[in-house]
Amino acid sequence: MTTDDAEGAVLADRPPTRTGDAPAQAIRTMKLTRRFRDLVAVDAVSIEVPPKEIFGLLGPNGAGKSTMIKMLTTLLPPTAGRAWVAGFDVTSQAGVVRRHIGYVPQALSADGALTGYENLLVSSRLYDLPRADREARIESALELVGLTDAAGQLVRQYSGGMIRRLEIAQAMLHRPAVLFMDEPTVGLDPVARRAVWDHVRRLREALGTTLLITTHYMDEAEDLCDRVAVMHQGRVVAIGAPRDLKAQVGATATLDDVFMHFAGTDIETGGGFREVLRTRRTARRLS
Amino acid sequence: MRSYAPAALPAVYPERSGGPWSFVGHVFAVADAEVRKLRHDPLELIMRAVQPTLWLVVFGQVMSRVRGVPTGRLSYLDFMAPGILAQSVLFIAIFYGVSAIRERDFGVLNKYMVSPISRTALVLGKAISAGVRALSQGVIVYVLALLMHIHATWEPWNVFGVLVLVVMGSAVFSTLSLVIACIVKSHERVMGMGQVMTMPLFFASNAIYPIVLMPAWLKAIASVNPLTYEVDGLRALMVQGGTSSIGLGIDFAVLLAFVAALVAIATRLYPRLVT
Repeated sequence: MTTDDAEGAVLADRPPTRTGDAPAQAIRTMKLTRRFRDLVAVDAVSIEVPPKEIFGLLGPNGAGKSTMIKMLTTLLPPTAGRAWVAGFDVTSQAGVVRRHIGYVPQALSADGALTGYENLLVSSRLYDLPRADREARIESALELVGLTDAAGQLVRQYSGGMIRRLEIAQAMLHRPAVLFMDEPTVGLDPVARRAVWDHVRRLREALGTTLLITTHYMDEAEDLCDRVAVMHQGRVVAIGAPRDLKAQVGATATLDDVFMHFAGTDIETGGGFREVLRTRRTARRLS
Repeated sequence: MRSYAPAALPAVYPERSGGPWSFVGHVFAVADAEVRKLRHDPLELIMRAVQPTLWLVVFGQVMSRVRGVPTGRLSYLDFMAPGILAQSVLFIAIFYGVSAIRERDFGVLNKYMVSPISRTALVLGKAISAGVRALSQGVIVYVLALLMHIHATWEPWNVFGVLVLVVMGSAVFSTLSLVIACIVKSHERVMGMGQVMTMPLFFASNAIYPIVLMPAWLKAIASVNPLTYEVDGLRALMVQGGTSSIGLGIDFAVLLAFVAALVAIATRLYPRLVT
């Protein structure tokens, strides 16, 4: 495990370039930091995620995962440090970054008062999809997530798993280079969770999308992610493939042990009132 | 899945950035989404009919017997009908921020905020959608006018002008409410601010009595109240024999300036709602 400072220095020697070709890294952060008054939510985090990787941010509520995602999706300006997504700077090129990303937030981003089809139609317009392509793209997106038959129903009548699948379709409609998913399976039953994982994998296979997901489910991180970064109190305390991290801790270690080892605390501990409230609210609406 | 072309880093249409038509398309996308919601749940439109009906049928009928309000050549009911239209638009628009907060809480706002559309297109789309919803108020008041023998003007250009003013008035107050929502950030406080503001805006205007009756200090407030300009324009266009005491051009210009200023402010503040 390198310290954040040393890693930042190494990264600084290789400034990212964007010349029209695919960038070397789908996501790069350099000492990315966000403070809220006294609280340092994200503390000088430097990570690199190569294209096509499924990368997991792992940690308890309040570890800084959602704040990381908000900065990378241009919703929240960083206090210090820099970040590039799909080769573009999230601060100075926020508009271009938005064209190249999809985001499935922890809270629901599909509009319950519209039908599934209408949600996708709105997205197709927001992303300037060519008019001639729209219907075909919406149709194939619905097909991909298995919602063709439910397209005409209001989303508020959907089950939790259906809503999440619609949100994935919505976030992928413009074929983004990088897809961010914040706690994508909170509040879903095991079957629906598996279905979401399958869709995520299929997207990567079909489109070569890079995925950054946050989760505090260890099995999810282990099954789904090529690499994970363990976050604790705003810092990345360990980074690597789940198997390698486990090997570092011990022969029979689980990811829970890994977390315990690097963060020195249980993953269920921590998280402020607001975080817990939001998670529960999302869970309730999905179930 | 066949139409998904594999690529290392699939590009979207990076060349298609901005442009005026793209901007118009985005404004339309935002406004259209709101109108579709209304189509799915038209109950709201029926609720909207209650207030103007009460004001015209109860308050208007009684007050028109008083004959103490100098309304020029107009009967009191003719005089107040445009005022009630403006007021019923105001009373709904001023609580627009509540739905903005709800959209934030549900997470739907994220969908728009991470998309490449400009914040201005987003705010303008919301303002226009609030305006389109308010058109139902115009229809309701015209129907009431028919039923109550109010002398409405039915010239197509006048009706069109009235509807434009309704959309603009609604855009002004809904965007004002959105600005407040971005500052106070909670349901209850937006409701509270709306409650605090409606009556002063209403009474410090020419909606139910002419400005000439006001003491000087109230005249001063009325002259910076956008509702005054909306009512003035409506009165000139909506009822037979109605005249503008300010000037129609000024009415439209002032409302347009208010819309522009408030949209500009809301554009800056809106991203704060998702942080």
